[in-house]
Amino acid sequence: MKEFLVFDGIDKSFGDYKAVDNVTISIGQGEIFSLLGPSGCGKTTLLRLCAGFESPDKGRIILNGVNISNLPPNKRKVNTVFQNYALFPHMSVRENIAFGLKVAGKSKSEIKQEVDSMLDLIQMTDHADKKPALISGGQKQRVAIARALVNKPQVLLLDEPLAALDLKLRQRMLIELDQIHDEVGITFLFITHDQGEAMSLSDRIAVMNEGKIEQIGRPVEIYESPISSFTAAFIGDTNFFDGRVIETLPDNYSLLAIDGLPNATCFNDSTRSVGDMVHVSVRPEKIMMHRESPPFDHKMNVIKGVVENLVYLGGHTKYWLRAGEWMISAQQQHYHFQLDEKPLTWNDEVFLSWHADDGFMLERYHIDDEKMLTMPEDGDLLAKDIGDCDNIEDELVN
Amino acid sequence: MKFKNANEIKISISSLIWLTLFFVIPTIIVVLISFRNSDPSGGIGVGWSIDGFADVFNPSFGMILWRTVRLSLITTVICLSLAMPVSIYMAKAEEKIQNWLLLLIAIPFWTNFLIRVYAWKIVLHPEGLVKRLFLTLGLVSENASLLYNEGAVLLVLVYTYLPFAILPLYTAIEKFDFRLIEAARDLGSGQIRSFIKVFLPGISQGIISAIMVVFIPALGSYVIPDMVGGPDGEMLGNKIAQRVFVDRNLPKGSGLSTLLILAVILPGLIRVVYKKIKPISATPLNRKINSYLTKSKSKS
Repeated sequence: MKEFLVFDGIDKSFGDYKAVDNVTISIGQGEIFSLLGPSGCGKTTLLRLCAGFESPDKGRIILNGVNISNLPPNKRKVNTVFQNYALFPHMSVRENIAFGLKVAGKSKSEIKQEVDSMLDLIQMTDHADKKPALISGGQKQRVAIARALVNKPQVLLLDEPLAALDLKLRQRMLIELDQIHDEVGITFLFITHDQGEAMSLSDRIAVMNEGKIEQIGRPVEIYESPISSFTAAFIGDTNFFDGRVIETLPDNYSLLAIDGLPNATCFNDSTRSVGDMVHVSVRPEKIMMHRESPPFDHKMNVIKGVVENLVYLGGHTKYWLRAGEWMISAQQQHYHFQLDEKPLTWNDEVFLSWHADDGFMLERYHIDDEKMLTMPEDGDLLAKDIGDCDNIEDELVN
Repeated sequence: MKFKNANEIKISISSLIWLTLFFVIPTIIVVLISFRNSDPSGGIGVGWSIDGFADVFNPSFGMILWRTVRLSLITTVICLSLAMPVSIYMAKAEEKIQNWLLLLIAIPFWTNFLIRVYAWKIVLHPEGLVKRLFLTLGLVSENASLLYNEGAVLLVLVYTYLPFAILPLYTAIEKFDFRLIEAARDLGSGQIRSFIKVFLPGISQGIISAIMVVFIPALGSYVIPDMVGGPDGEMLGNKIAQRVFVDRNLPKGSGLSTLLILAVILPGLIRVVYKKIKPISATPLNRKINSYLTKSKSKS
């Protein structure tokens, strides 16, 4: 992959607050690259640095071989789709899209032709003469994208472009964005705090936290082999087990001592040695539940648990199970609803198992990351919620 | 005129009565008087005539009218150009500083307007501080006068109306979304073009208000040219006062007043009639109150 947009050792502080801390990213031409992280992680600062609204304290931004770190925004071949679109309220849809071309000094006929084809692309020809106040959120979104794309930027920056839309529209716009990308083929730098958006759209994702890059990789790499507890907890949901490596096994496996699991096996990417304290992350859907003890397999880890809570979500059911000191989150996918089998319910005793390949020993671990897990705070949370619903219904009836 | 709902009438009725009693009726009286004959002993005579407008053909009238319009225009331009950077700075400052700056702008209003104009007379006096300073610096000659000329009128006009220009501009700029400027810059526009094409249209309501609250009162200035203007700085307001108080010719004074009123409302009228646009209401308050009232009604 050819390097196209490079952030090279970028530092940026606001007063005492270090927003971006020694970030190095290399993005290829035509790639959809996402910066994903919670608010305040520095992703928006990175985008503003790239657009030219801020300048880095240290480091360089290189676009297509040219150092653009100190160019003003209007001299950069990048365009931005702003979070709240920032459409010019006093101009019509057509004038908004034409703005960049007019500034560039193109002829009237040229502008008309390019704006018309852009209006066609976003299917807004019928609304071309409306003011932004008179079109819907999804339409504004498309106009904002067209206004940026019409200038044929080398990189399109998208700053949480879907945050202001409702769920259904967001999902449709994601597909539209992907189609637009297929059509124009330029590099997209996509900023979001929504892991679902990032996973479904991106070629690669950089997970950011507190100004630093936690991990860069394809969506599947980020999800299936997180290298830090932050990534593991921020992308999807996970279970953390504390343990200690007690023996190295052949074929890149290790034997671990975990409370309640004295001989746990786990895949080891050969960076861990005997005696290391590690944190093992296992995704809920990788944990299987059995009523009877599963047949022995030296690569399966089995622990006994009691169902403490469950949430039926239609396609699947989420379970929280107590196993010794661990609260384990697991999932059951309903491939077919088991009419002949009684579903697991509160206080059922089950055997939980997970395969050695599905566990990951984590490099960086912050105790705070466990707070991001969606664990119920107390056992009767669900019952309490249902009670609240009843009260509301009573009020409505009265 | 058809009202959208009864609440609109209920809310505006008090202001309507007030404006009718103290604005519309007096204005009609002034217009009517301008068509009456004058009474040699002062006051209003019997019968109707257009003698009240005879001053229009007075050679000095054109000059004074031109000076009035010119000084008001220049005042407006200077006030707006000074108010713009101040307002931008205020709107972008921290809230605590914003409040202090607003207070600073309001402080002159704690002193009576007349007293403030008197203060300028002292400042610009031939023996005053400014004249002495300028003399020492060699900026003016010994017998040049800082008072009693057009320059002095302009200076005090700008001083008086500057706060009135700052406040509406500040309000508009504070609401302006500066991300629009970033968007313009992002689309390749330089700073000046972004300012003209995006910023100014974005705060156009504030600019219109600022022009109205500076230009219109400036046209009707009387005290300022009277006190610091001298014969070279006379404006239409002084002429009206002269007709009323010195000549005791009410129809002629009213005639000039009528012309001034026309001059002020004519541009607005033309705009409304020819462009067929609705007059702009000063605030969106009416709509807000209405929506609030209808909401509370549906609740109960």
